[in-house]
Amino acid sequence: MSQSINLSPVPVVADADSIAAVAAVPSSQTRKLGAGLRTIALGLVVPLVLLLFWHVTVRWTGTRLVPTPFGVAVMMWDFAFGGIYDDAYSGTLPIHFWKSVQRVYGGFFCAAALGIPLGLMIGRIPLLRALLDPTLSLLRPIPVTAWLPLSMIFFGLGAKSAIFLVFLGAFFPILLNTIFGVKSVDVRLFEAAEMLGCAGPKLFRAVVLPAALPSIFNGLRLGAAFAWILIVVGEMTGVPEGLGAVIMDGRSLSRTDLVITGMIIIGITGFVSDRILLALSNYFLRWSPQHHA
Amino acid sequence: MLDRGESPTAPPILRIDNLHKVYQASNGPVEALRGIDLTIHKGEFVCLLGASGCGKSTLLRIIAGFEKASSGSVAVYGFEVNRPGPDRGMVFQDYALFPWLTVKENIAFGPTQRRLTSKEVAATTERFMAMVGLTAFADRYPHQLSGGMKQRVAIARVLANDTDILLMDEPFGALDALTRSKLQEELIDIWKATKLTVIFVTHSVEEAVLLADQVVVMTAGPGRIDCQVRIDLARPRDVSSPEFNALRRDVTRRLTSHIAPDRALASTADS
Repeated sequence: MSQSINLSPVPVVADADSIAAVAAVPSSQTRKLGAGLRTIALGLVVPLVLLLFWHVTVRWTGTRLVPTPFGVAVMMWDFAFGGIYDDAYSGTLPIHFWKSVQRVYGGFFCAAALGIPLGLMIGRIPLLRALLDPTLSLLRPIPVTAWLPLSMIFFGLGAKSAIFLVFLGAFFPILLNTIFGVKSVDVRLFEAAEMLGCAGPKLFRAVVLPAALPSIFNGLRLGAAFAWILIVVGEMTGVPEGLGAVIMDGRSLSRTDLVITGMIIIGITGFVSDRILLALSNYFLRWSPQHHA
Repeated sequence: MLDRGESPTAPPILRIDNLHKVYQASNGPVEALRGIDLTIHKGEFVCLLGASGCGKSTLLRIIAGFEKASSGSVAVYGFEVNRPGPDRGMVFQDYALFPWLTVKENIAFGPTQRRLTSKEVAATTERFMAMVGLTAFADRYPHQLSGGMKQRVAIARVLANDTDILLMDEPFGALDALTRSKLQEELIDIWKATKLTVIFVTHSVEEAVLLADQVVVMTAGPGRIDCQVRIDLARPRDVSSPEFNALRRDVTRRLTSHIAPDRALASTADS
Protein backbone atom coordinates (compact mmCIF):
# COMPACT_ATOMS: atom_id res chain seq x y z
CA MET A 1 0.00 0.00 0.00
CA SER A 2 2.91 2.28 0.61
CA GLN A 3 3.62 2.55 -3.09
CA SER A 4 0.00 3.16 -3.94
CA ILE A 5 0.00 6.42 -2.00
CA ASN A 6 0.89 8.94 -4.59
CA LEU A 7 0.62 12.64 -3.98
CA SER A 8 -0.47 15.14 -6.50
CA PRO A 9 1.71 17.99 -5.23
CA VAL A 10 4.85 15.88 -5.40
CA PRO A 11 5.63 15.85 -9.11
CA VAL A 12 4.67 19.49 -9.47
CA VAL A 13 7.07 20.71 -6.83
CA ALA A 14 9.80 18.32 -7.95
CA ASP A 15 9.45 19.58 -11.51
CA ALA A 16 9.64 23.20 -10.49
CA ASP A 17 12.74 22.38 -8.53
CA SER A 18 14.52 20.49 -11.28
CA ILE A 19 13.68 23.25 -13.76
CA ALA A 20 15.20 25.76 -11.38
CA ALA A 21 18.25 23.53 -10.98
CA VAL A 22 18.75 23.23 -14.74
CA ALA A 23 18.18 26.91 -15.34
CA ALA A 24 20.46 27.81 -12.47
CA VAL A 25 23.63 26.68 -14.19
CA PRO A 26 24.54 29.65 -16.39
CA SER A 27 22.11 32.54 -16.02
CA SER A 28 21.19 32.56 -12.34
CA GLN A 29 24.85 32.58 -11.34
CA THR A 30 25.64 35.63 -13.42
CA ARG A 31 22.50 37.27 -12.15
CA LYS A 32 23.59 36.56 -8.59
CA LEU A 33 26.99 38.06 -9.30
CA GLY A 34 25.36 41.12 -10.81
CA ALA A 35 23.10 41.54 -7.80
CA GLY A 36 26.10 41.16 -5.50
CA LEU A 37 28.06 43.85 -7.33
CA ARG A 38 25.06 46.13 -7.25
CA THR A 39 24.75 45.67 -3.48
CA ILE A 40 28.41 46.49 -3.00
CA ALA A 41 28.18 49.53 -5.28
CA LEU A 42 25.13 50.84 -3.46
CA GLY A 43 26.79 50.26 -0.09
CA LEU A 44 29.83 52.30 -1.19
CA VAL A 45 27.84 55.39 -2.19
CA VAL A 46 27.39 56.86 1.28
CA PRO A 47 30.98 56.26 2.52
CA LEU A 48 32.34 57.92 -0.65
CA VAL A 49 30.01 60.89 -0.24
CA LEU A 50 31.10 61.19 3.39
CA LEU A 51 34.76 61.10 2.37
CA LEU A 52 34.13 63.84 -0.16
CA PHE A 53 32.24 65.91 2.38
CA TRP A 54 35.06 65.45 4.88
CA HIS A 55 37.68 66.49 2.36
CA VAL A 56 35.72 69.55 1.22
CA THR A 57 34.94 70.66 4.77
CA VAL A 58 38.53 70.39 5.94
CA ARG A 59 39.69 72.39 2.90
CA TRP A 60 36.90 74.91 3.29
CA THR A 61 37.48 75.65 6.94
CA GLY A 62 41.25 75.33 6.70
CA THR A 63 41.34 73.58 10.06
CA ARG A 64 44.59 72.02 11.19
CA LEU A 65 42.96 69.92 13.90
CA VAL A 66 41.47 67.43 11.47
CA PRO A 67 43.51 65.92 8.64
CA THR A 68 42.08 65.37 5.16
CA PRO A 69 41.11 61.84 4.05
CA PHE A 70 44.35 61.78 2.10
CA GLY A 71 46.33 62.62 5.23
CA VAL A 72 44.64 59.75 7.03
CA ALA A 73 45.30 57.43 4.10
CA VAL A 74 49.00 58.27 4.28
CA MET A 75 48.94 57.68 8.02
CA MET A 76 47.19 54.38 7.49
CA TRP A 77 49.80 53.28 4.99
CA ASP A 78 52.58 54.26 7.35
CA PHE A 79 50.83 52.56 10.26
CA ALA A 80 50.49 49.39 8.27
CA PHE A 81 53.74 49.24 6.33
CA GLY A 82 55.97 52.05 7.64
CA GLY A 83 58.45 53.96 5.51
CA ILE A 84 56.80 57.39 5.57
CA TYR A 85 56.99 58.94 9.00
CA ASP A 86 59.21 56.34 10.64
CA ASP A 87 58.00 57.13 14.12
CA ALA A 88 56.89 54.91 17.01
CA TYR A 89 53.78 53.87 15.08
CA SER A 90 55.22 53.09 11.67
CA GLY A 91 54.52 49.54 10.60
CA THR A 92 53.04 48.61 13.96
CA LEU A 93 49.50 47.90 12.78
CA PRO A 94 49.86 44.08 12.87
CA ILE A 95 50.92 43.99 16.50
CA HIS A 96 48.23 46.44 17.66
CA PHE A 97 45.63 44.71 15.56
CA TRP A 98 46.57 41.26 16.76
CA LYS A 99 46.50 42.34 20.44
CA SER A 100 43.08 43.92 20.08
CA VAL A 101 41.65 40.95 18.18
CA GLN A 102 42.90 38.64 20.91
CA ARG A 103 41.25 40.74 23.63
CA VAL A 104 38.02 41.29 21.76
CA TYR A 105 37.56 37.62 20.94
CA GLY A 106 38.93 36.51 24.29
CA GLY A 107 36.24 38.55 26.03
CA PHE A 108 33.63 37.68 23.43
CA PHE A 109 34.21 33.93 23.63
CA CYS A 110 34.19 34.01 27.43
CA ALA A 111 30.88 35.89 27.25
CA ALA A 112 29.44 33.37 24.79
CA ALA A 113 30.78 30.39 26.73
CA LEU A 114 29.11 31.62 29.89
CA GLY A 115 26.13 33.50 28.44
CA ILE A 116 24.70 30.78 26.19
CA PRO A 117 24.58 27.88 28.68
CA LEU A 118 23.46 30.19 31.48
CA GLY A 119 20.79 31.71 29.24
CA LEU A 120 19.54 28.27 28.18
CA MET A 121 19.20 27.24 31.81
CA ILE A 122 17.66 30.49 33.05
CA GLY A 123 15.16 30.37 30.20
CA ARG A 124 14.20 26.80 30.97
CA ILE A 125 14.49 26.44 34.76
CA PRO A 126 12.10 28.73 36.69
CA LEU A 127 13.98 28.27 39.97
CA LEU A 128 17.22 29.45 38.42
CA ARG A 129 15.42 32.38 36.83
CA ALA A 130 13.92 33.43 40.15
CA LEU A 131 17.33 33.11 41.72
CA LEU A 132 19.38 35.02 39.16
CA ASP A 133 17.06 37.36 37.32
CA PRO A 134 16.93 40.15 39.96
CA THR A 135 20.71 40.22 40.32
CA LEU A 136 21.28 40.24 36.59
CA SER A 137 18.71 42.98 36.09
CA LEU A 138 20.51 44.98 38.74
CA LEU A 139 23.92 44.54 37.14
CA ARG A 140 22.79 45.12 33.57
CA PRO A 141 22.21 48.91 33.62
CA ILE A 142 25.64 49.62 35.11
CA PRO A 143 27.77 51.09 32.31
CA VAL A 144 30.81 49.01 31.51
CA THR A 145 33.00 52.11 31.86
CA ALA A 146 31.95 52.30 35.50
CA TRP A 147 33.61 48.93 36.04
CA LEU A 148 36.94 50.29 34.83
CA PRO A 149 38.41 51.21 38.25
CA LEU A 150 37.27 47.98 39.87
CA SER A 151 38.44 45.84 36.99
CA MET A 152 41.87 47.45 37.25
CA ILE A 153 41.93 46.54 40.94
CA PHE A 154 40.74 42.97 40.28
CA PHE A 155 42.81 42.23 37.23
CA GLY A 156 45.64 44.73 37.38
CA LEU A 157 46.81 47.02 34.61
CA GLY A 158 46.83 45.06 31.43
CA ALA A 159 45.20 42.68 29.05
CA LYS A 160 43.13 40.78 31.62
CA SER A 161 41.38 43.94 32.63
CA ALA A 162 40.57 44.73 28.99
CA ILE A 163 39.27 41.23 28.40
CA PHE A 164 37.07 41.51 31.48
CA LEU A 165 35.50 44.76 30.27
CA VAL A 166 34.89 43.37 26.80
CA PHE A 167 33.42 40.29 28.43
CA LEU A 168 31.02 42.40 30.51
CA GLY A 169 29.90 44.34 27.46
CA ALA A 170 29.29 41.25 25.33
CA PHE A 171 27.86 39.08 28.08
CA PHE A 172 24.48 40.75 28.62
CA PRO A 173 23.29 40.90 25.02
CA ILE A 174 24.25 37.24 24.56
CA LEU A 175 22.62 36.17 27.82
CA LEU A 176 19.42 38.15 27.37
CA ASN A 177 18.90 37.10 23.78
CA THR A 178 19.49 33.46 24.70
CA ILE A 179 16.93 33.68 27.51
CA PHE A 180 14.48 35.36 25.17
CA GLY A 181 15.07 32.69 22.54
CA VAL A 182 14.43 29.88 25.01
CA LYS A 183 11.30 31.49 26.38
CA SER A 184 9.83 31.97 22.94
CA VAL A 185 10.22 28.33 21.88
CA ASP A 186 6.82 27.01 20.81
CA VAL A 187 5.49 24.77 23.62
CA ARG A 188 4.21 22.41 20.93
CA LEU A 189 7.80 21.52 20.08
CA PHE A 190 8.42 20.41 23.66
CA GLU A 191 5.22 18.38 23.56
CA ALA A 192 6.22 16.86 20.23
CA ALA A 193 9.64 15.94 21.57
CA GLU A 194 8.19 14.47 24.75
CA MET A 195 5.68 12.30 22.98
CA LEU A 196 8.51 11.04 20.79
CA GLY A 197 10.35 9.90 23.91
CA CYS A 198 12.71 12.81 24.49
CA ALA A 199 12.47 14.25 27.99
CA GLY A 200 14.44 15.91 30.76
CA PRO A 201 17.98 17.15 30.08
CA LYS A 202 17.93 15.63 26.59
CA LEU A 203 15.46 18.34 25.60
CA PHE A 204 18.24 20.95 25.87
CA ARG A 205 20.25 19.42 23.09
CA ALA A 206 17.31 18.24 21.00
CA VAL A 207 14.92 21.19 21.22
CA VAL A 208 15.97 24.14 23.37
CA LEU A 209 19.31 24.84 21.72
CA PRO A 210 18.25 24.57 18.07
CA ALA A 211 14.98 26.41 18.64
CA ALA A 212 16.74 29.25 20.44
CA LEU A 213 19.53 29.43 17.88
CA PRO A 214 18.08 32.36 15.88
CA SER A 215 17.96 34.46 19.05
CA ILE A 216 21.35 33.24 20.16
CA PHE A 217 22.86 34.41 16.89
CA ASN A 218 21.22 37.80 17.32
CA GLY A 219 22.81 37.97 20.75
CA LEU A 220 26.21 36.94 19.40
CA ARG A 221 26.11 39.61 16.71
CA LEU A 222 25.13 42.29 19.23
CA GLY A 223 27.71 40.98 21.67
CA ALA A 224 30.48 41.06 19.07
CA ALA A 225 29.53 44.62 18.16
CA PHE A 226 29.67 45.65 21.82
CA ALA A 227 32.99 43.87 22.20
CA TRP A 228 34.52 46.05 19.48
CA ILE A 229 32.91 49.15 20.97
CA LEU A 230 34.39 48.35 24.34
CA ILE A 231 37.89 47.56 23.20
CA VAL A 232 38.79 51.25 23.36
CA VAL A 233 37.60 51.43 26.96
CA GLY A 234 39.24 48.12 27.71
CA GLU A 235 42.58 49.38 26.42
CA MET A 236 42.33 52.54 28.49
CA THR A 237 43.52 50.34 31.33
CA GLY A 238 47.12 51.09 30.55
CA VAL A 239 48.07 48.45 28.01
CA PRO A 240 50.87 49.57 25.69
CA GLU A 241 49.54 47.86 22.56
CA GLY A 242 46.18 47.57 20.87
CA LEU A 243 44.01 49.68 18.61
CA GLY A 244 42.25 51.25 21.59
CA ALA A 245 45.60 52.10 23.15
CA VAL A 246 46.71 53.66 19.87
CA ILE A 247 43.60 55.83 19.81
CA MET A 248 44.18 56.93 23.40
CA ASP A 249 47.83 57.73 22.54
CA GLY A 250 46.71 59.65 19.49
CA ARG A 251 44.41 61.66 21.67
CA SER A 252 47.10 62.62 24.19
CA LEU A 253 49.56 63.35 21.39
CA SER A 254 46.96 65.38 19.47
CA ARG A 255 47.50 63.17 16.47
CA THR A 256 44.06 63.14 14.97
CA ASP A 257 45.25 61.18 11.93
CA LEU A 258 46.27 58.37 14.24
CA VAL A 259 42.92 58.52 16.05
CA ILE A 260 40.94 58.36 12.83
CA THR A 261 43.16 55.58 11.49
CA GLY A 262 42.42 53.55 14.60
CA MET A 263 38.71 54.28 14.28
CA ILE A 264 38.58 53.19 10.66
CA ILE A 265 40.47 49.97 11.35
CA ILE A 266 38.16 49.12 14.24
CA GLY A 267 35.18 49.91 12.02
CA ILE A 268 36.39 47.67 9.21
CA THR A 269 37.37 44.83 11.53
CA GLY A 270 34.03 45.01 13.34
CA PHE A 271 32.27 44.96 9.99
CA VAL A 272 34.21 41.94 8.78
CA SER A 273 33.69 40.07 12.05
CA ASP A 274 29.96 40.76 11.86
CA ARG A 275 29.91 39.42 8.29
CA ILE A 276 31.62 36.25 9.46
CA LEU A 277 29.03 35.82 12.20
CA LEU A 278 26.28 36.53 9.69
CA ALA A 279 27.65 33.87 7.35
CA LEU A 280 27.77 31.39 10.23
CA SER A 281 24.25 32.37 11.22
CA ASN A 282 23.00 31.86 7.67
CA TYR A 283 24.65 28.47 7.57
CA PHE A 284 23.29 27.25 10.90
CA LEU A 285 19.85 28.77 10.34
CA ARG A 286 19.46 27.59 6.78
CA TRP A 287 16.28 25.87 7.94
CA SER A 288 14.68 29.17 8.82
CA PRO A 289 13.20 31.18 5.95
CA GLN A 290 13.37 34.50 7.81
CA HIS A 291 17.05 34.15 8.60
CA HIS A 292 18.41 34.26 5.13
CA ALA A 293 19.70 37.78 4.95
CA MET B 1 -27.55 2.52 16.03
CA LEU B 2 -26.95 4.80 18.99
CA ASP B 3 -25.64 2.59 21.70
CA ARG B 4 -23.30 2.91 24.63
CA GLY B 5 -20.42 0.57 25.44
CA GLU B 6 -19.77 -1.97 22.74
CA SER B 7 -19.05 -5.38 24.19
CA PRO B 8 -15.40 -6.10 23.54
CA THR B 9 -13.65 -9.26 22.51
CA ALA B 10 -10.08 -7.96 22.70
CA PRO B 11 -8.63 -6.42 25.89
CA PRO B 12 -8.95 -2.63 25.86
CA ILE B 13 -5.89 -0.68 24.79
CA LEU B 14 -7.26 2.42 26.47
CA ARG B 15 -9.59 2.71 29.40
CA ILE B 16 -10.82 5.99 30.82
CA ASP B 17 -12.72 5.89 34.09
CA ASN B 18 -14.80 8.70 35.52
CA LEU B 19 -12.42 11.37 34.34
CA HIS B 20 -12.89 14.98 35.45
CA LYS B 21 -10.92 18.01 34.45
CA VAL B 22 -11.23 21.39 36.13
CA TYR B 23 -9.15 24.38 35.03
CA GLN B 24 -8.27 27.27 37.25
CA ALA B 25 -9.16 30.29 35.15
CA SER B 26 -8.74 33.87 36.34
CA ASN B 27 -12.47 34.11 37.09
CA GLY B 28 -12.65 30.88 39.06
CA PRO B 29 -12.62 27.19 38.22
CA VAL B 30 -13.92 26.02 34.85
CA GLU B 31 -15.16 22.49 34.46
CA ALA B 32 -13.83 21.23 31.14
CA LEU B 33 -14.67 17.54 31.38
CA ARG B 34 -17.12 15.70 33.60
CA GLY B 35 -17.45 11.98 34.20
CA ILE B 36 -15.82 10.69 31.04
CA ASP B 37 -15.90 6.90 30.68
CA LEU B 38 -14.47 5.49 27.51
CA THR B 39 -13.03 2.16 26.47
CA ILE B 40 -11.13 1.77 23.23
CA HIS B 41 -9.97 -1.54 21.83
CA LYS B 42 -6.85 -2.31 19.91
CA GLY B 43 -7.10 -1.51 16.24
CA GLU B 44 -10.19 0.68 16.55
CA PHE B 45 -10.52 3.96 14.74
CA VAL B 46 -12.35 6.28 17.13
CA CYS B 47 -13.41 9.84 16.37
CA LEU B 48 -14.07 12.31 19.17
CA LEU B 49 -16.67 14.59 17.67
CA GLY B 50 -18.00 17.81 19.10
CA ALA B 51 -18.36 21.53 18.76
CA SER B 52 -15.51 23.74 19.94
CA GLY B 53 -15.39 24.00 23.72
CA CYS B 54 -16.71 20.49 24.35
CA GLY B 55 -13.35 19.39 25.72
CA LYS B 56 -12.51 16.92 22.98
CA SER B 57 -9.02 18.32 22.51
CA THR B 58 -8.52 18.48 26.28
CA LEU B 59 -9.49 14.83 26.52
CA LEU B 60 -6.98 13.97 23.80
CA ARG B 61 -4.27 15.98 25.52
CA ILE B 62 -4.97 14.17 28.79
CA ILE B 63 -4.67 10.82 26.98
CA ALA B 64 -1.41 12.07 25.47
CA GLY B 65 -0.16 12.98 28.95
CA PHE B 66 0.31 16.68 28.20
CA GLU B 67 -2.28 17.58 30.79
CA LYS B 68 -3.30 15.91 34.02
CA ALA B 69 -6.82 14.88 34.88
CA SER B 70 -8.30 16.44 38.03
CA SER B 71 -9.70 13.07 39.02
CA GLY B 72 -10.39 9.71 37.43
CA SER B 73 -7.99 7.55 35.51
CA VAL B 74 -6.58 6.98 32.06
CA ALA B 75 -4.89 3.66 31.52
CA VAL B 76 -3.13 2.17 28.50
CA TYR B 77 -3.10 -1.63 28.72
CA GLY B 78 -3.86 -1.16 32.40
CA PHE B 79 -0.95 1.18 33.05
CA GLU B 80 -1.84 4.61 34.37
CA VAL B 81 -0.91 7.47 32.03
CA ASN B 82 0.83 10.38 33.72
CA ARG B 83 3.25 11.76 31.17
CA PRO B 84 3.74 11.87 27.41
CA GLY B 85 5.32 8.77 25.99
CA PRO B 86 6.18 7.14 22.69
CA ASP B 87 3.33 4.64 23.11
CA ARG B 88 0.90 7.48 22.39
CA GLY B 89 1.98 9.48 19.35
CA MET B 90 0.33 12.82 18.75
CA VAL B 91 -0.31 14.51 15.42
CA PHE B 92 -1.04 18.20 15.99
CA GLN B 93 -3.19 20.43 13.84
CA ASP B 94 -0.30 22.86 13.44
CA TYR B 95 2.15 20.01 12.63
CA ALA B 96 4.72 20.91 15.32
CA LEU B 97 7.55 19.63 13.14
CA PHE B 98 11.05 20.57 14.22
CA PRO B 99 11.82 23.36 11.75
CA TRP B 100 15.57 22.86 12.02
CA LEU B 101 15.37 19.23 10.96
CA THR B 102 14.83 17.95 7.44
CA VAL B 103 11.95 15.63 6.57
CA LYS B 104 14.22 12.65 7.09
CA GLU B 105 15.61 13.96 10.38
CA ASN B 106 12.14 14.77 11.69
CA ILE B 107 11.01 11.22 11.03
CA ALA B 108 14.24 9.87 12.53
CA PHE B 109 13.78 11.90 15.72
CA GLY B 110 11.89 9.24 17.70
CA PRO B 111 14.00 6.26 16.60
CA THR B 112 17.15 8.24 17.42
CA GLN B 113 15.81 8.98 20.89
CA ARG B 114 15.21 5.29 21.38
CA ARG B 115 18.92 4.72 20.74
CA LEU B 116 18.45 2.35 17.85
CA THR B 117 21.54 1.72 15.80
CA SER B 118 21.99 4.18 12.97
CA LYS B 119 21.27 1.39 10.51
CA GLU B 120 17.92 0.66 12.15
CA VAL B 121 17.10 4.36 12.33
CA ALA B 122 17.85 4.75 8.63
CA ALA B 123 15.77 1.71 7.68
CA THR B 124 12.78 2.77 9.79
CA THR B 125 12.97 6.31 8.47
CA GLU B 126 13.13 5.14 4.86
CA ARG B 127 10.17 2.84 5.37
CA PHE B 128 7.82 5.44 6.80
CA MET B 129 9.05 8.17 4.51
CA ALA B 130 8.07 5.89 1.64
CA MET B 131 4.74 5.08 3.30
CA VAL B 132 3.72 8.74 3.25
CA GLY B 133 5.28 9.27 -0.17
CA LEU B 134 7.93 11.79 0.83
CA THR B 135 11.11 9.97 -0.14
CA ALA B 136 11.80 12.58 -2.84
CA PHE B 137 11.64 15.29 -0.19
CA ALA B 138 13.95 13.67 2.36
CA ASP B 139 16.27 16.64 2.59
CA ARG B 140 13.70 19.43 2.54
CA TYR B 141 13.10 21.58 5.59
CA PRO B 142 9.52 21.95 6.87
CA HIS B 143 9.22 25.52 5.61
CA GLN B 144 9.75 24.23 2.09
CA LEU B 145 6.74 21.89 2.31
CA SER B 146 3.03 22.38 1.76
CA GLY B 147 0.58 21.89 4.64
CA GLY B 148 -0.41 18.43 3.45
CA MET B 149 3.20 17.34 3.15
CA LYS B 150 3.98 18.69 6.61
CA GLN B 151 1.13 16.66 8.06
CA ARG B 152 2.43 13.57 6.24
CA VAL B 153 5.79 14.12 7.92
CA ALA B 154 4.07 14.51 11.28
CA ILE B 155 2.22 11.22 10.77
CA ALA B 156 5.35 9.40 9.61
CA ARG B 157 7.29 10.81 12.56
CA VAL B 158 4.85 9.19 14.97
CA LEU B 159 4.58 5.93 13.02
CA ALA B 160 8.36 5.60 12.89
CA ASN B 161 8.37 5.72 16.65
CA ASP B 162 6.42 2.48 16.81
CA THR B 163 3.47 4.02 18.58
CA ASP B 164 0.53 2.00 19.91
CA ILE B 165 -2.10 4.71 19.79
CA LEU B 166 -2.15 7.44 17.19
CA LEU B 167 -3.70 10.59 18.64
CA MET B 168 -4.79 13.16 16.09
CA ASP B 169 -6.02 16.61 17.07
CA GLU B 170 -7.98 17.99 14.11
CA PRO B 171 -5.00 17.07 11.95
CA PHE B 172 -6.56 18.05 8.65
CA GLY B 173 -8.34 21.16 9.89
CA ALA B 174 -5.85 23.57 8.35
CA LEU B 175 -5.78 21.90 4.94
CA ASP B 176 -7.75 22.61 1.80
CA ALA B 177 -10.61 20.27 0.92
CA LEU B 178 -8.77 18.39 -1.80
CA THR B 179 -5.67 17.73 0.27
CA ARG B 180 -7.86 16.82 3.23
CA SER B 181 -9.75 14.08 1.41
CA LYS B 182 -6.49 12.77 -0.04
CA LEU B 183 -4.97 12.59 3.42
CA GLN B 184 -8.09 10.99 4.88
CA GLU B 185 -7.77 8.25 2.29
CA GLU B 186 -4.08 7.81 3.01
CA LEU B 187 -4.72 7.72 6.73
CA ILE B 188 -7.20 4.88 6.30
CA ASP B 189 -4.67 3.01 4.15
CA ILE B 190 -1.99 3.50 6.78
CA TRP B 191 -4.36 2.48 9.56
CA LYS B 192 -5.23 -0.71 7.71
CA ALA B 193 -1.61 -1.48 6.95
CA THR B 194 -0.31 -0.84 10.45
CA LYS B 195 -3.35 -2.01 12.47
CA LEU B 196 -2.91 1.00 14.71
CA THR B 197 -5.43 2.30 17.20
CA VAL B 198 -6.43 5.81 16.19
CA ILE B 199 -8.15 8.48 18.29
CA PHE B 200 -9.06 11.30 15.99
CA VAL B 201 -10.52 14.61 17.17
CA THR B 202 -12.70 16.49 14.71
CA HIS B 203 -15.64 18.86 14.60
CA SER B 204 -16.71 17.63 11.17
CA VAL B 205 -19.53 15.07 11.20
CA GLU B 206 -18.68 13.98 7.69
CA GLU B 207 -15.04 13.40 8.56
CA ALA B 208 -16.01 11.40 11.64
CA VAL B 209 -18.50 9.20 9.79
CA LEU B 210 -16.07 8.74 6.91
CA LEU B 211 -13.14 7.63 9.06
CA ALA B 212 -14.33 6.06 12.27
CA ASP B 213 -15.43 2.64 13.50
CA GLN B 214 -16.82 4.44 16.46
CA VAL B 215 -17.88 8.07 16.78
CA VAL B 216 -17.86 9.48 20.30
CA VAL B 217 -20.21 12.46 20.31
CA MET B 218 -19.31 15.03 22.95
CA THR B 219 -21.26 17.98 24.27
CA ALA B 220 -20.10 21.16 25.90
CA GLY B 221 -20.57 22.93 29.23
CA PRO B 222 -19.10 20.86 30.87
CA GLY B 223 -17.64 18.44 28.33
CA ARG B 224 -19.34 15.06 28.48
CA ILE B 225 -19.77 12.07 26.23
CA ASP B 226 -23.25 12.23 24.81
CA CYS B 227 -23.26 8.93 22.99
CA GLN B 228 -21.15 6.55 20.98
CA VAL B 229 -22.18 5.72 17.46
CA ARG B 230 -20.91 2.58 15.78
CA ILE B 231 -20.19 3.04 12.08
CA ASP B 232 -20.33 -0.30 10.36
CA LEU B 233 -20.18 0.91 6.77
CA ALA B 234 -17.85 -1.01 4.52
CA ARG B 235 -14.67 0.74 3.44
CA PRO B 236 -13.89 2.57 1.27
CA ARG B 237 -16.95 4.57 2.22
CA ASP B 238 -19.06 6.36 -0.29
CA VAL B 239 -20.04 9.76 1.04
CA SER B 240 -22.92 9.99 -1.42
CA SER B 241 -24.55 6.68 -0.47
CA PRO B 242 -27.91 6.75 1.37
CA GLU B 243 -26.49 4.75 4.29
CA PHE B 244 -23.71 7.24 4.76
CA ASN B 245 -26.11 10.14 4.67
CA ALA B 246 -28.51 8.50 7.09
CA LEU B 247 -25.67 8.05 9.57
CA ARG B 248 -24.45 11.54 9.02
CA ARG B 249 -27.93 12.94 9.69
CA ASP B 250 -28.20 10.81 12.77
CA VAL B 251 -24.91 11.98 14.20
CA THR B 252 -25.62 15.57 13.24
CA ARG B 253 -28.91 15.43 15.11
CA ARG B 254 -27.19 14.13 18.23
CA LEU B 255 -24.60 16.83 17.96
CA THR B 256 -26.90 19.77 17.33
CA SER B 257 -29.49 18.75 19.88
CA HIS B 258 -27.20 20.25 22.49
CA ILE B 259 -26.07 23.26 20.55
CA ALA B 260 -29.62 24.38 19.78
CA PRO B 261 -31.94 22.57 22.22
CA ASP B 262 -35.06 24.37 20.97
CA ARG B 263 -34.59 23.22 17.43
CA ALA B 264 -33.89 19.69 18.59
CA LEU B 265 -37.10 19.71 20.62
CA ALA B 266 -38.98 20.92 17.59
CA SER B 267 -37.54 18.13 15.47
CA THR B 268 -38.44 15.42 18.02
CA ALA B 269 -41.95 16.84 18.18
CA ASP B 270 -42.12 16.51 14.40
CA SER B 271 -41.10 12.89 14.42
